[in-house]
Amino acid sequence: MAYFLGLLVALVGFWLGMSGHYSPLLLSLGAVSVAVCMILAYRLDIIDREGAPYVRIVGFALYFPWLMVEIAKSNWAVVKACLKADLDIAPALVKVKTACESDLAKVTFANSITLTPGTVTVEIEGDKMLVHALYEQSAQPEAFAEMDRRSREAADGKRRPA
Amino acid sequence: MADLVVSIAEWWQVVRFPLGAALCLGGALLCVVGTVGVLRFPDFYTRLHAASVTDTSGATLLLFGMALMAPDWMVVSKLVAIFVFIYLTSPASSHAAANAAHTAGLQPLIGPVDTHDKEGLDS
Repeated sequence: MAYFLGLLVALVGFWLGMSGHYSPLLLSLGAVSVAVCMILAYRLDIIDREGAPYVRIVGFALYFPWLMVEIAKSNWAVVKACLKADLDIAPALVKVKTACESDLAKVTFANSITLTPGTVTVEIEGDKMLVHALYEQSAQPEAFAEMDRRSREAADGKRRPA
Repeated sequence: MADLVVSIAEWWQVVRFPLGAALCLGGALLCVVGTVGVLRFPDFYTRLHAASVTDTSGATLLLFGMALMAPDWMVVSKLVAIFVFIYLTSPASSHAAANAAHTAGLQPLIGPVDTHDKEGLDS
């Protein structure tokens, strides 16, 4: 039920934000399209934890500013690498073990790694991720530990033990 | 008090256009830097890293700049939607490209890159 309401609120908010016209005709058309989307989502059986992750929106809202700071930091490193007269990159492939259990947490962690420039998740096998990094020294497994912990908390909540 | 609010609002109306323009310029500059990186880096995987500069900080600065210059809140809400979708889809596409290259058997360059050798190959 919470997932159902979350999807409903998100769709209504999205429609209102996109449209900008609030005449009765267009509002009723919007209501119809939201209803059709809900029926289709219900028929597809995707109103669940992953299809409507709005219940966890507070966790993600807390996680995102930290991620933005990380992105800005690693952006600076890659921009410097791009513009340096001497190309001093040392690419590496590293295996990162994650403590994330649910698929949502794994996706959050892998996407966070890919979003920070200088690291790309190449493959996910079980709880291990193959990460390609621009600098060998910045891609030690410890470097990802905090991101791992934070994305797990954002997607799964703090109640689960590590 | 009301005077102060009005003057702050007027000041904001004056200052937001140059501020937004500066952010847009910075974002465009970062996109150029990302392109330079794509051209300079030696192999596929490292070029992906340079391209992600354009995806993340370049797009973010451009969208923030456009939001500051937006005429009304509808435009801002659309820009926020674009921001959210870029941040959800760009790692997915980078991962798909990297995973496809890895599955196809493309071996990444490992270890320090020999500058002089690669510079010659690049140009």
